[in-house]
Amino acid sequence: MREASAGVLPASGQSAGCLLEVRDVALRFGGIVALDGVSFELAEGQILGLIGPNGAGKTTLFNCLSRLYTPSRGDILFEGRSLLARPAHRIAELGIARTFQNLALFPHQSVLDNVRIGAHACSSSDYLSDLLGLPWVRRQERALESGARALLELLDLGPVAHAVPEGLPLGTRKRVELARALAAHPKLLLLDEPAGGLNHEEVAELGALIGRIRSSRRMTVLLVEHHMNLVMSISDTVVALDFGRKIAEGTPAEVQRDEAVILAYLGKPRNERQ
Amino acid sequence: MTTPQQDSGPIAAAFRARARGAAWPTPRHWLLAGAVAVALVLPFFLQDFLVFQLTEVMIYGLAILGLNLLTGFNGQFSVGHGAFYGLGAYVTAILMSRYEVPYYWTLPAAGGICFVVGFLFGLPALRLEGLYLALATFALAVALPQVLKFHGLEAWTGGVQGIVVDQPDAPSFLPIGEDQWLYYFTLAVVLIMFAGAANIVKSRTGRAIMAIRDHPLAATAMGINAPLYKTLTFGVSALYTGVAGALGALAVQFVAPDSFGLFLSIYLLVGLIIGGMGSLPGCLFGGLFVLYVPNLAQEVSRGLAGVVYGVIMLLVIFVMPSGAAGFTRLVVARLSRSGRREPPS
Ligand SMILES: Nc1ncnc2c1ncn2[C@@H]1O[C@H](COP(=O)(O)OP(=O)(O)OP(=O)(O)O)[C@@H](O)[C@H]1O
Ligand SMILES: [Mg+2]
Repeated sequence: MREASAGVLPASGQSAGCLLEVRDVALRFGGIVALDGVSFELAEGQILGLIGPNGAGKTTLFNCLSRLYTPSRGDILFEGRSLLARPAHRIAELGIARTFQNLALFPHQSVLDNVRIGAHACSSSDYLSDLLGLPWVRRQERALESGARALLELLDLGPVAHAVPEGLPLGTRKRVELARALAAHPKLLLLDEPAGGLNHEEVAELGALIGRIRSSRRMTVLLVEHHMNLVMSISDTVVALDFGRKIAEGTPAEVQRDEAVILAYLGKPRNERQ
Repeated sequence: MTTPQQDSGPIAAAFRARARGAAWPTPRHWLLAGAVAVALVLPFFLQDFLVFQLTEVMIYGLAILGLNLLTGFNGQFSVGHGAFYGLGAYVTAILMSRYEVPYYWTLPAAGGICFVVGFLFGLPALRLEGLYLALATFALAVALPQVLKFHGLEAWTGGVQGIVVDQPDAPSFLPIGEDQWLYYFTLAVVLIMFAGAANIVKSRTGRAIMAIRDHPLAATAMGINAPLYKTLTFGVSALYTGVAGALGALAVQFVAPDSFGLFLSIYLLVGLIIGGMGSLPGCLFGGLFVLYVPNLAQEVSRGLAGVVYGVIMLLVIFVMPSGAAGFTRLVVARLSRSGRREPPS
């Protein structure tokens, strides 16, 4: 049984301004323990960096947050309410948007349409109104288009608005993913290795961009990243995972000095480490 | 897939217009207006039997459009859409012959019933992917003729004899024949339904069903309720094909179980692939293929008509591997690129 009190007393044990609370989440795939009782809190307006060696369980945790996976134990609270009671397609409407580590763009739709699909959860329409092309869906369509175009401008994607993602450079496709996630006007943005595969310059730009987005849109960010410079420079808090377990939590400086973290990384050398 | 931003020139602009949401009227609109104008005057220049054949082309085009919404846009395969065509045809035939309902009222009835049946079929279909869904719909196509012949339903369906349907008369104030009238009636219905499909495709719903086709997991993460959209699309698809069946019953003036067997379903699938998955105008090209190529094959060789049909189909697929729509896009892209040389990007 999950903690029965979770739904009844949402505020219990929660600090003020807490947007997301991960409580003792565990998940295994056959013999592999991907997550083993992970807990942390994320306060509103903060950037939390989630680090850990390959296979530590970072993406698995993201998949639990977006309800693509169901944890076998523990609970995930967003604004005090459990996410586990919701199906995966009803997460976005709460204001949780994500990007995918290995890119999950819609390959046959234009960049502009990809971004408009990102706004699905914060718009509404029904089959019949869309079939009839009623005035209110046309109005909404215009609003969606101008919103999407503004995002494309922000992320420097204007020139490729009508291109399909296939064939665009990796850095560009990553920005399309980011634009698509932002289109939902999320309160919580989950970024899974946004800097993966980017060159030095692009990583620096990305860091500045994430900072800008956070301050201009009052967004809370959960950032999974191997790029230590990026994580350490923009995160308010850092949580380190290894083998599905939380091994450290604190400010970037604290975590960088943490012996368990150093050991985890030295044990498995990584070339992305700076 | 061509990358649209590389095309240039006025023709390519016409084909990009829809994606762009460009100012009205675009060259694409002119093209469409011209096609409708031609369609409107055509019956005055053609013999009755040709008018009748064009009516059938539009009807098959509409049936293929229904299949396209499901398969081309939503990625759910159906090898049994002939069953919905047959169901729509029988609804019209039964309502007209047994209940004396005016022919124009039978269309919404056929569409409504097919929507409900399609929606209900779409529910278990949610659990089936790809080939398994194809098999389930295949069963639908096999079952329908037998159900129509079933003794217990003979009072309605007329059993193996089928039902004779009266051809609708032209309104008395119009000085045109029955074939012409049916042509215009069909044209009106087909235009309205294509306009509806075009609306869906460029709407939030259209983007959602295509997102489900392209990446179901990402679609779910974007907040798209895939099961709901998939079942609704199944229903709408069946509605479109069912209305085509109803029009077919009016055109042929007769329904019988064996007209709606497996072959019809296969022909619709062939028309879809030849016309181009995910293309609206391609559906009409598919209709053209479905109607004329079997006749053409018959004329080439009576004994080997099937072989000739197969060869023609292979040739067409070889020349246009992504259907007529993809072929047109390619030609347009080539033409406009050779018109203005650009450095490769
Ligand atoms: N769908 C799955 N089925 C089976 N095992 C899985 C699945 N997803 C993840 N795993 C396993 O769970 C563990 C955690 O994987 P996860 O992808 O969460 O790691 P990660 O921290 O994101 O690593 P990386 O830095 O390489 O992205 C790994 O051992 C992985 O092999
Ligand atoms: Mg990962």
